[in-house]
Amino acid sequence: MRRALLAGVLSAAALLAADVTVIQNATIHTVTKGTLKGSIVIRDGKIADVGEKVMTPAGARIIDATGKHVIPGIIDAHTHIALDSINESSVSVSSMVNVAEMLNPESISIYQALAGGVTTCNSMHGSANSIGGQNVVFKLRWGADARGLIFDKAKPSIKMALGENPKRQGSPQGLQIPGLQPPQNLRYPGTRLGVEDVIRDAFTRARAYQRAWKDYEARKARGEKILPPRRDLELEPLVEVLEGKRLVHAHCYRADEILMLIRVFDDFNIRGVTFQHVLEGYKVAREIAERGHGASTFSDWWSYKVEAYDAIPYNAAILHRKGVLVSLNSDDAGGAELMRRLNTEAAKVMKYGGLSADEALAMVTINPAKQLQIDQWVGSIETGKDADLVIYDKDPLSIYAKVEKVFIDGKQYFDRDEDLSRRPKFEAEKEGLRKKLLDQLKQAAPQNRRPS
Amino acid sequence: MRIGTTAPMLWIAAMAAATALGAENNTFLLRNATVHPVSGPAIENASVLVVDGKIAEVGAKVAPRGKVKVIEARGLHVYPGMIDSGSPIGLAEIASVRETVDTGELGDFNPQLRALIAVNPSSEHIPVVRANGITTVLVTPGTTGGSRGSTSTGLIAGQASLMHLDGWTWEEMEIRRSAAMQMTWPAIQMPRGSADLEALLPGLAARRTTFAEARRNQQQQVQKIQEFFDAARRYHKAKTAGEAVDPDLRYEAMIPVLEGKQPLMIQAAREREIREALDFAARERLKIVLAGVRRPGKTLEEIARRNIPVILGTTFVSPMEEDDPYDDPFTLPARLHQAGVKFAFASFNVQFARNLPYQAAQAVPFGLPYDEALKSVTLYPAQIWGIDAEYGSIEKGKYADLIVTDGDPLEIRTQVKMMFIKGVPVDLESKHTRLYKRYSARP
Repeated sequence: MRRALLAGVLSAAALLAADVTVIQNATIHTVTKGTLKGSIVIRDGKIADVGEKVMTPAGARIIDATGKHVIPGIIDAHTHIALDSINESSVSVSSMVNVAEMLNPESISIYQALAGGVTTCNSMHGSANSIGGQNVVFKLRWGADARGLIFDKAKPSIKMALGENPKRQGSPQGLQIPGLQPPQNLRYPGTRLGVEDVIRDAFTRARAYQRAWKDYEARKARGEKILPPRRDLELEPLVEVLEGKRLVHAHCYRADEILMLIRVFDDFNIRGVTFQHVLEGYKVAREIAERGHGASTFSDWWSYKVEAYDAIPYNAAILHRKGVLVSLNSDDAGGAELMRRLNTEAAKVMKYGGLSADEALAMVTINPAKQLQIDQWVGSIETGKDADLVIYDKDPLSIYAKVEKVFIDGKQYFDRDEDLSRRPKFEAEKEGLRKKLLDQLKQAAPQNRRPS
Repeated sequence: MRIGTTAPMLWIAAMAAATALGAENNTFLLRNATVHPVSGPAIENASVLVVDGKIAEVGAKVAPRGKVKVIEARGLHVYPGMIDSGSPIGLAEIASVRETVDTGELGDFNPQLRALIAVNPSSEHIPVVRANGITTVLVTPGTTGGSRGSTSTGLIAGQASLMHLDGWTWEEMEIRRSAAMQMTWPAIQMPRGSADLEALLPGLAARRTTFAEARRNQQQQVQKIQEFFDAARRYHKAKTAGEAVDPDLRYEAMIPVLEGKQPLMIQAAREREIREALDFAARERLKIVLAGVRRPGKTLEEIARRNIPVILGTTFVSPMEEDDPYDDPFTLPARLHQAGVKFAFASFNVQFARNLPYQAAQAVPFGLPYDEALKSVTLYPAQIWGIDAEYGSIEKGKYADLIVTDGDPLEIRTQVKMMFIKGVPVDLESKHTRLYKRYSARP
């Protein structure tokens, strides 16, 4: 009995020690506190220590990272990956829907993005309407269920959209798909003027709704016996925006519409908005900076539509220099493509605009973390933060670098060597399934047999 | 690194001004640079002597002759200009606006169409792309990624033209007006399930085709190709025999292809299409180049054995199937190289054409030797398109299509400092640099 108990205690101690990982001899890009050659101690999913010299606990798992580079896990502030449905486009204001309900933990894009060094992303509602649905921030804990992916502490947010996309359903020519009739039910708005009206109208209604509830609460507190206002699921998230409890991610392109939204938000005292895409943000960088709004943009996309014709790859650099908090995003939907090379997308702000390596890395780590208001837990390599880390074989800002290992909450979720060693087994399994399927087909329908 | 760069830039500006006046400025000595001929090892502290637009001498010891202009390039690197083996640049300006897009003509067979005649020399894309070191593009008339042409899914799109990314007119940009015939091998297309698409287009589910139907459709298209080639051959035979034939521009345009003189560039992504295209080409005795190869499977060996060149599209894509290895597009170039297949890269795109050097570089950490990556955007495309006697490397006798950089041109952070096309300095400013300067200066 006593021996069994002792054994239990010992194995628990062993487990505790095994829960400590030390990444040694690496070039560590902390992003917020410079770059150093040293070690990172991971304990209980957090960064316990980082420095040139650290205490290595006995029994810790040691990862020798000599010659390797470590950066904080990459954060993508704008994707649509792992969502079974993206747009509820039938209404101009779809704030009542939430893409978190659509999160598919088995989407291979999660693993692909993970293999590209991404550890957290903001998967968003689409841009079909002026005010879209609610978004979901999740960690790429491949293998977890949908609930297990979600970044619980992230502040909730909502999508908004300006310009060509929300206008499109108001245009008879807007939705041209070969072989299909244009939509019969045109939906307001069909112009940028209407887009402003939809937003202004929605927040005006939200304010009245907020007042109705405040009034109700006050009268109830005075002892009056009255009925509460009817709950409005469309306006509730907008009231949260008015009260600073919900963030706004606003899809936009042209300078005029960006300025329009800044002024609407001025009128409703809405702060800390992140403008998404914001490809002409460089033209109104001063106005964006004055209000403390952020910008999440592409590195070098342009010309794919009219509102992207004045897009320049120097956008991020200009916005940054004028004092705007800037991140770079992928906007990936379906497969994770751009998402898994955000490190080299960041390098483009060095080429186009001459920003420093630290400034570049910040745009895919700490800056998006700040925009999503999760920077107290992730986005840099600092003691106390979540151990979301990526090990590269070379400088991550080089096109020649590749991801070797990825940790989330201290747990290793990607290892390139393991991935490679699993492949023959997967191939054999696939081949077996293929054969089985063919055999079934042959048995089911003998006429399908090919003449030999 | 920075020493000696300001002065040449001023000099370039002066030269550009001189161009406008029509002065001869394609003779100069570029000196004290590291020259990367690509066809051979790099030469340090070397010079390139350019006379009348052609490379007259390359080496560590090149003496200035007479009053030749000298360009100081200390600390800088000289490479051949890069070649994009497929992009509708000049034919497509704003991808979503049909009026600005001239790819994908209606009809299945359009061999008579020539890409070059509709290349807009004033396209804003041209200076943007060349600013990253790309001097030459195979302009393709077919609908390829990144631009929406007509709704046509044509099989033979027309003649692709090799063009320089500089010139007052398309004639001045021309290198080879009919470098290749662009063709797409039909694929078995099964509509993919998408909750979003269903929501957007109710009734789509009802229009779903079965695999058997999809295969039948594909076989019908293959049959059409065969019939078109047969008809073109009869036309050619009758004409050669001196029989009276009604002139037909489509069949006329097919003659160089049928004679095996002009490469037929066949887009085929998957093993099944590649296999069919290979068999077809063998039967018809055609000279082909495969393009857009993504999942070649067991065909690689035959492609190598028959010395068929391949044009790879961008490495910046997701794997085609969700159970493919995550790095499948990144390792593809190395797999081709290991199989002994000669390949070059194409952007098959307009807005991302400037990223051509990076798409080649992306294959390097996944097994492609660096030198091969560099050759796949310089020497190899020149060889594949039959212009290697004049372009593709820095060698005596070739045209001086040169870029001068502050480092490896395949690395994102590298800046292209100068460019010469046929020895004439090219402006590296673009709509993007102009807007950058203008709005950086906004108070």
